[in-house]
Amino acid sequence: MTVPHLKIEDLKVNVGETEILKGFSLEVKGGEIHAIMGPNGTGKSTLASAIMGHPAYEVTGGKVELDGQNVLDMDVDERARAGMFLAMQYPSEISGVTTADFLRTAINARRGEGNEISLMKFIRKMDEKMSVLDMDESFSHRYLNEGFSGGEKKRNEILQMMMLEPRLCILDEIDSGLDIDALKFVSRGVNDMRDPERAFLIITHYQRLLNYIKPDFVHVMMQGRIVKSGGPELAVELEEKGYDWIKDELGITDEKVGQEA
Amino acid sequence: MTVQLKSNFDRESIMNYSKQHQEPDWLLNLRLRGLEQSEVLELPKPEKTNISKWNMLQFKQPAEEQLTAKSAHVPSELQGMIDEQEKGHLIIHKNGIPVYSSLSDDLQKKGIVFTDLKTAVQEHRDLLSEYMHQLVQVDEHKLTALHAALINCGIFLYVPQNVEVDIPLQSIFWQEDADCGLIPHVVIVAEANSKVTYVENTFGNEARKSVNHYVAEVFVGPGAKVHFAAIDQLGEQTTSFIYRRAVVQKDGHIDWALGQMNSGHTLSDNTTVLKGDGSTGDTKSVAIGQGDQSENFVQRMNHYGLHTDGQILSHAVMKDSARAIFNGISKIEKGSTKSNGEQTERVLMLSEKARGDANPILLIDEDDVTAGHAASVGQVDQNQLYYLMSRGIPRSEAEKLIILGFLSPVVEKIPLEGVKRRLIEVIERKVK
Repeated sequence: MTVPHLKIEDLKVNVGETEILKGFSLEVKGGEIHAIMGPNGTGKSTLASAIMGHPAYEVTGGKVELDGQNVLDMDVDERARAGMFLAMQYPSEISGVTTADFLRTAINARRGEGNEISLMKFIRKMDEKMSVLDMDESFSHRYLNEGFSGGEKKRNEILQMMMLEPRLCILDEIDSGLDIDALKFVSRGVNDMRDPERAFLIITHYQRLLNYIKPDFVHVMMQGRIVKSGGPELAVELEEKGYDWIKDELGITDEKVGQEA
Repeated sequence: MTVQLKSNFDRESIMNYSKQHQEPDWLLNLRLRGLEQSEVLELPKPEKTNISKWNMLQFKQPAEEQLTAKSAHVPSELQGMIDEQEKGHLIIHKNGIPVYSSLSDDLQKKGIVFTDLKTAVQEHRDLLSEYMHQLVQVDEHKLTALHAALINCGIFLYVPQNVEVDIPLQSIFWQEDADCGLIPHVVIVAEANSKVTYVENTFGNEARKSVNHYVAEVFVGPGAKVHFAAIDQLGEQTTSFIYRRAVVQKDGHIDWALGQMNSGHTLSDNTTVLKGDGSTGDTKSVAIGQGDQSENFVQRMNHYGLHTDGQILSHAVMKDSARAIFNGISKIEKGSTKSNGEQTERVLMLSEKARGDANPILLIDEDDVTAGHAASVGQVDQNQLYYLMSRGIPRSEAEKLIILGFLSPVVEKIPLEGVKRRLIEVIERKVK
């Protein structure tokens, strides 16, 4: 593994006709945890989807580089194999494909032909990670996300992250819909993965998650860009005072962008 | 040494064939009636599918010297594909000739009959005559009449009252000679409170023009349970006319798992008659259309009894310039109160030139029932694709996973691992 280096420069993204990201810039390096916070509708999830390459998000300007390589030129699967991972807010349900089969296919896609993971090794690893997340064994044989509760889907996202061992982990509202117990297990999974050779970008609406996952940097997004950055103390301040003081400080009346909810 | 059938298809040749096989009079008469009717009856008219130009008669009957070819071993060509544990309960037809047949002593002692049709005609002629062509009538239309006249192989499976068979019984129709016609007649009788699983696999070489005129009749007795799984994978040049039908008595149950993977033109009609009170049926079918194939699939549940339940599921993938009709029909007759009919038809289009029509049809003559349907025709879900690719799975592999998942309702119902594996292989080959 090499130390990851993500560089986002003046990124502009449209969804349909509407510009959602309006010049977003950020650098994230191995060992760091960055939290992106902000009210709803300020472009946080758009950032995550655009970096990962969702086809509905059109990049109209700026750069995204991972280890000096242009990410925007890569297809979604190539981005993943370059070490990126997005734990999604609304993961798809895929009928007829078990979580285990899917994960084995994903792992082998990284390892390449002739270097496939052995079944025994895979099962051992899966059991181990599922126990960290307090997931029932039956999960691996259930169809991917089909009929999963909101909390189960989120755990499954983190399970995938633990199995695939990406270098750049992006977590999009992983805490939404989680009760406090589930939040603890999910946080444990993330903390287990902290490593000098791994970087995290954690998108969250609430400060709550950051009680369990300690960020190194906190950024506030409004109007499709970062308007304020600080250390972990900024998150605490936001929890106490809300977002309005930042708006006042910067003279922002409407923090939202476009139509995004 | 094959003989052109065209010249066989007359009164004299049918009489000769019947005599050669020492058939009883009732069977000869059935054939002759089929011949007569085939000359006067019209073809069936499946919705939006013109079958009038499809090949119905261009094929050959199997060579006569093969008639005594039965062996104690699975043919060497099939050795690799059949798991060891499958071999104990298996009948193999090669080009319509039974070449291998086995059934454990244990099951024989329980009174179970599982044999090829020619043997059944000799050894169980009275029993067989009670059932054969009772459910699919000779004179329904030209195709059923043709079938009756030309039957050249088949299976007879009889399970006595209260006997439960846990091991799936398998039948393989292997068309090694692609010129040979396949005209099987399958009769399954499950007496009261019995239980049986029948797995059928039909496959053949691609190259030559031929025909598959297939009929299966399944009689599900009171309280009996029958699982019928079939995988059809005949070649591009083989036209298939398939009628699979069941009648279910009081509290009986049938489920069908049909992997309809033929590469040639195919007309496939699957009908379950829920006759007895409390009878239930479940039919699941998956299909892949490719090339310039034309196909017509019907899955029908006819409700007569009280409290009957019929479930229909059809999933299909359409490629290239293939076209297909998928009709699900739930017909609930007057008096079939408290019955329930549900159906789902979904078609996945992989090509702009392909066509697939999914038609859920509810025909209900009774007020006190519940029924529901869902149908969709669409492309691979872009969000699903994105999700899988975001984990590093290349696009083509991700599509394959989604398609396999989409077709899994039948795959997972195949009770024999080897047969399931063959189905997955054929799916993977077809969607490549």
